[in-house]
Parts: sequence; C-alpha cells; structure tokens
Amino acid sequence: MTGWRGVDSFLELLTLEGPSGHEDAVAARLAAWFRAEGLEVERDALGNLFGRLPGEASSPVVLVTAHMDEIGLIISDIESGGFLRVAAIGGVDPRTLPSAEVTVHGRTALAGVVGSKPPHLSTPGERKQAATLDHLFVDIGLPEADVRRLVRPGDAITIRRKPLRLLGEVVAGKSVDNRASVAALFECIRDLAARRPDAGVVFAATVQEEVGVRGAGTAAYRIRPDLAIAVDVCHARSPGVSDERTLRMEGGPAVQFGPNIHPALFRSLTETARAAGVPHQVLVGQGATGTDARILQITREGVPTAALGIPIRYMHTSVETVNYDDIRRTGRLLADWLLGLDRAFVEGLSCFFDV
Amino acid sequence: MLLRRLSEAAGPSGFEDEVRHVLIEELRPFARKMYTDALGNLFVETGPPHGGPRVMLAAHMDEVALMVVRIDDEGTLRFRPIGGIDERVLVSKPVRVGKDRIPGVIGSKAVHLQKPDERKHPFTMDELYIDIGAADGEQAREWVQIGDFAVFATDYEEFGERKAKGKAFDDRVGCAVLAELAKRSFQLPLVFVFTVQEEIGLRGAGPAAFRINPDLALVVEGTLCFDVPDAREEDAVTVQGRGPALTLLDRMTIAPEKLVRWMAGVAGERGIPYQWRRSGAGANDAGAIHVARRGILTGAVSVPVRYIHSPVQVVDLADYTNTIALLEAILRRLEERPSLIDRLRKRESPGAPGSGAPAPARPRPDVPGPTEPGPDG
Repeated sequence: MTGWRGVDSFLELLTLEGPSGHEDAVAARLAAWFRAEGLEVERDALGNLFGRLPGEASSPVVLVTAHMDEIGLIISDIESGGFLRVAAIGGVDPRTLPSAEVTVHGRTALAGVVGSKPPHLSTPGERKQAATLDHLFVDIGLPEADVRRLVRPGDAITIRRKPLRLLGEVVAGKSVDNRASVAALFECIRDLAARRPDAGVVFAATVQEEVGVRGAGTAAYRIRPDLAIAVDVCHARSPGVSDERTLRMEGGPAVQFGPNIHPALFRSLTETARAAGVPHQVLVGQGATGTDARILQITREGVPTAALGIPIRYMHTSVETVNYDDIRRTGRLLADWLLGLDRAFVEGLSCFFDV
Repeated sequence: MLLRRLSEAAGPSGFEDEVRHVLIEELRPFARKMYTDALGNLFVETGPPHGGPRVMLAAHMDEVALMVVRIDDEGTLRFRPIGGIDERVLVSKPVRVGKDRIPGVIGSKAVHLQKPDERKHPFTMDELYIDIGAADGEQAREWVQIGDFAVFATDYEEFGERKAKGKAFDDRVGCAVLAELAKRSFQLPLVFVFTVQEEIGLRGAGPAAFRINPDLALVVEGTLCFDVPDAREEDAVTVQGRGPALTLLDRMTIAPEKLVRWMAGVAGERGIPYQWRRSGAGANDAGAIHVARRGILTGAVSVPVRYIHSPVQVVDLADYTNTIALLEAILRRLEERPSLIDRLRKRESPGAPGSGAPAPARPRPDVPGPTEPGPDG
C-alpha cells in the first residue's frame, strides 16, 4: 500500500462516495492511507475514523478533525414507472440538480440522471420557478420491476462527477467540501514523518458534519483532547459575492477568529504562519462556526478549539473548486503549529484572569 | 454601584473579558475558590466545600453586540451582529469599537436624500455602517481591525420611579444578583457560574454544568417584558414591578413542576412578590444545563427587562432586589433543611406496564398563586 501522493491522491479521494451516514467507502480508503503513513487506526460507533501518531502516551493530546462526509440524496419513494423520488442529505441546492448525473447506491451501483419536465411542456411561469426537490426525480432507465428489485427507499444517491484539473494547481469536483481538508491532514502527516511533535496527535476523519456536526461531538467525547482544531472549507471570492464573507483563493489557509475560537489558539496559529512564511488570511465569525469546531468547543467541560479554512468556490455544487497549493499550505501550517505545542502552552488555556 | 459597572462593561459573546474582570475584582474577597475554564466561564465557589446540596447559580456575562467585518476605503466600518439584534434599532446610535473603546456612530443615508419609497422600509444591516470619523480606510485601519467588536455606548442611569436604564441588563442584572448573593454567607456548597456565549446559542453553560454536576441549578436571567401601550396582553410575558418571574416553560426547557411550585411556595411564605414568566418564547442557560450529563434539576428566575437586546434596556430596581430576596430565601430553606433536595429531585416511578398496579396520583402541592393578581391568576 502506497502512502499519500499529493494531488494524485486528492483526485482519487474526490471519486469516493460518502454522503453523511454512508461514509464507509471513504473511511476504508483513508484507513489504508493512515496505516501506510504509520498511524494507528480505530473507528467509533458513529463511524468516525481516527489515526493516531505513534509514540509514547504523550501530552498534551490534540485532536485534529476534518469531516469526510459529503452532501447527497436519499431515495424517499419509488414512483410507478420506476422513477425515484428523493430527499436531501445535508444542504443540497435543488437548482443544481436538474440534468445532473448520479450514482444510485442500490444492491449495486447504478447510473442515473436527474430528470425534469422539458421546457416545451412547461409554462413560462413554471420556467421562472426554481426547481424544488419535490418536483425532481431520478431516472435509472430500468423497468419498474427491476428498479424495485435493485433499489429501496433509504438507499443513498451521490452526484457522479469525475474530478477535473483546471489551470495550474486548481482542481474542481464534488466533495471538495471537505476532502480538501482531509487532504490537508495527509499533507500534515507527511510533513510530520521527519519531525515528531511532543504532543499526542489524533487525526479524525469525522462523519455527519453536513447534517449538523454530529460526528465531531462523539469524537471529542471519546478522545478527551487538551485542545482541538477543525479543518474545513470556507468560501473563496467569486463574482457577485460580497468580500465580507469570502477569502482569496491562493491566499493560503484561513485562520478563524470569533467566539467559537480560543483567542490564544488564534494568536499561536497566526504567529506560526508568520514565522513559517506561510501566507494566511483571517476569517471572522460572530457565533458558532459551521464547522466541527461548533461542537468540539462545548464537548464535556469544554475544549480550547481552533479552526482553519481552505477557500473554495461554488460550495455544495458538483464543481467545487480549490487550489491544491492552499491545501499544501494548510498542511504545512498545521504541522508547524503541532510541533510548537507543549504542556505549558495548554495549561494557560483555561486561565482567563489576566486577559 | 455594581449594576452600573456591569452594565457599562463591554462583553459581547466570546469577548466577555471586561465583565469577568469586574466580577473577579468584586468577588475575590468572598470566594473560597475562583477559577475559569477553556471557554472563559468564571466559577466562584463559596461556603463549605461539602455538606448539603451543591447548588450552581448561573448568569451569563455576554451581551448582544456587533463585529466589524470590513473596513471601507472611505473609512466606514461594516458590521454583522453577535447574537440576536433587531436591525431596526441600530440607526443613529453611538457605539464603542474594540477593547480601546474607540467612539463611533451608526450612520445612514439622511432622510432628505431618501426616495419616498425608501422611507417606508427600515434600514437593513447592509445599509448601515459605523463612522469613527476616519478620513479614509487607511486611517481607520490604524484604530480598528476586522474582528473587533462594537458595543452600544449607553450610560447607566436611574430615572422615573425606581427604574434604571442601561445596556446589557440581559444578563448583567443576573450577574449583579449572583454577585450580591455570593457576598452573603450560606452553609451550603455554592458555585456561582458567570457563563459565556449564551446569546449565540447557550454555548457556555453546558460545559460549566458538566464540570460542576450540581444537585440543583438556578439560572438568573434578564427576561422579556413588553408591558407597554399597544402590546397584546399575551405578548407581555412579564410585567415590571411584580417581582421575579419564574419560568414554567420556554423554547428549550420545561421546568420541573415540583421545583417551580416549591420556589413559588417559598416566595409566598416570605411575602416576596413573584410572577409566572408567561411565554413559551425565548430561552436561557437552563436549556443547556438541564440536559448536561444525566440531567440536572434546573430552575430559572428572571428579572423583567423592557426593550431587551436593544441599546437602551430598562429594569425596575424593586424587581432586582426582590429577585435577590427570593433566591436568598430559597438558599436559606435549603440551608435549614438540606434533605429537601432529595424530595425535589425525586421522580415518582409509575407502575410497571401490564402489572395492573395503578400509577400513583400526581402530587399537587398546595401553594398560593402569584401574590399580585396577574392576568393569569
């Protein structure tokens, strides 16, 4: 088994199917990569996958999470004629679905397309209405009897999209949210092969983030880390989007700031980035972030938590776009930061008396 | 006065440092033990370390506020809310930006320059900005950076008949109640918890309750009150001057009936006025505390606050002192009869299904209703 091979491995990762609650295929591949990189692997009841850096029981314990699930669809009903009605898993934009190619995960993997009423038959009024999930259906091109034999309500459906390489280091595909961050974890692990941190580091590929940051909660409860960091994607700038909420693609990792983030961790991350010469950006939030950090921070007695973002465009579509250089820099920043952590730093994190 | 210092201190969710500092200074002489946790919750332990029920009293330090998210080339600052702010209250208010309290005002297009149609719509947050008087973006950046918070610049002041106005009474009034109680001596292991991040989803209280794992938790809040002209009776929730409000039910919690009736009974015995908090809307730290670990017996007592979440909030100081009195009376009862806690915590177990044994009748404690005739009583 070969280890992580940068952008090629990332492209492979984007072909794997893992809607929330159905992450087994992704977990199996990641477990093999963890082992190839020399990590000890475990899985919990929800399906979170842990890769522990080998070594003595070290301190402090740091939990690094990136969710491995992706948004998708689930079969809600089979109509006469064998057409499939669907419900969303996570934040699917129904407007991106008409005429999308999909894979239906029935007894076998089946190719399908999302059908809709042709424009000739729809009224001008209808054509102005955005598609809603109730009106869409999936067509797998089989007679109804075969459909009923091969698929059941509850089977998952994923978007079928081969990843694309665009100019330079830019990659587009489905599930860049959040496989980009999983890739950053592996870039970090590769970086740490030569230089071992004092901290005990547990990497977690978490489940069910897209349906409400569920996996990260049980992951943090199990590991009881001294501190935690979530890596997830964030919005990169694109035409027509306010620059208050977006960051520059190729601008490096976003270090998150706000109530969800421990102020000392924010400072140490930005200082580490500056010392290492890693370009970085700051992403500010006014409440709980839409990442694993949301639950990591309030697990058990509370965990000092940080979050890094990788800027991507067109989030929650099948052409999510990222620059691999940002992924590499995120891994580098993470590795440098983990190397700088020690017991003394962690002990100060619960003291709010002199700030 | 402590309520003034607490009200005027800046403490948006996640940035409660000034408030925490005021409380640390104020309570250091009275604490047996004082510490903070990874989120910034402040714990003040008083009384003996063991013996008697362990009671956690909680009030949140944070307030709703704004965060600077962009600095325009013209030097104006764009912002987003921290917690739930009605954007209609923002225009033409003074604010203080960041830890250095840079003064600013929230400006908007003058009414003369608006088209008649525009005048019909309230200003949205996208149309508003903070002006600190900077000539341009470069000068603004010398004073302010993205991520800085802004709080309302409202002075605490007493007015009318025993009323006080100020910002952030939700929940500095609760913090002040807790601080006054922490100064009194009880033969009970008490943990006063000043929580963080209530306004952005009750985030601080859960980890605090997990840590303390008390026998009883009492949340002290500044709560909704809209007892003014044109308000529908059912929107009033609470009425000022009628004393502390006991929660029966809100968006996150169904109060344990036995506990609520008992607290009302204590108020009745001591002649302390109280009222029911008459709405299922809103929520407070009890929502996070009562589901911590295996479940924690939790009650909530609130001071009615008019114009909550706005720059100018109003409390009735008699309600404030009666809230202190009620909580003191509750703690004294537990001090006298520590075994009460077992009765309050006990749940009747119903007969086993199919056993034919009838479920025991639900006890109905015989306690008086509110001491002042409320519309519900």
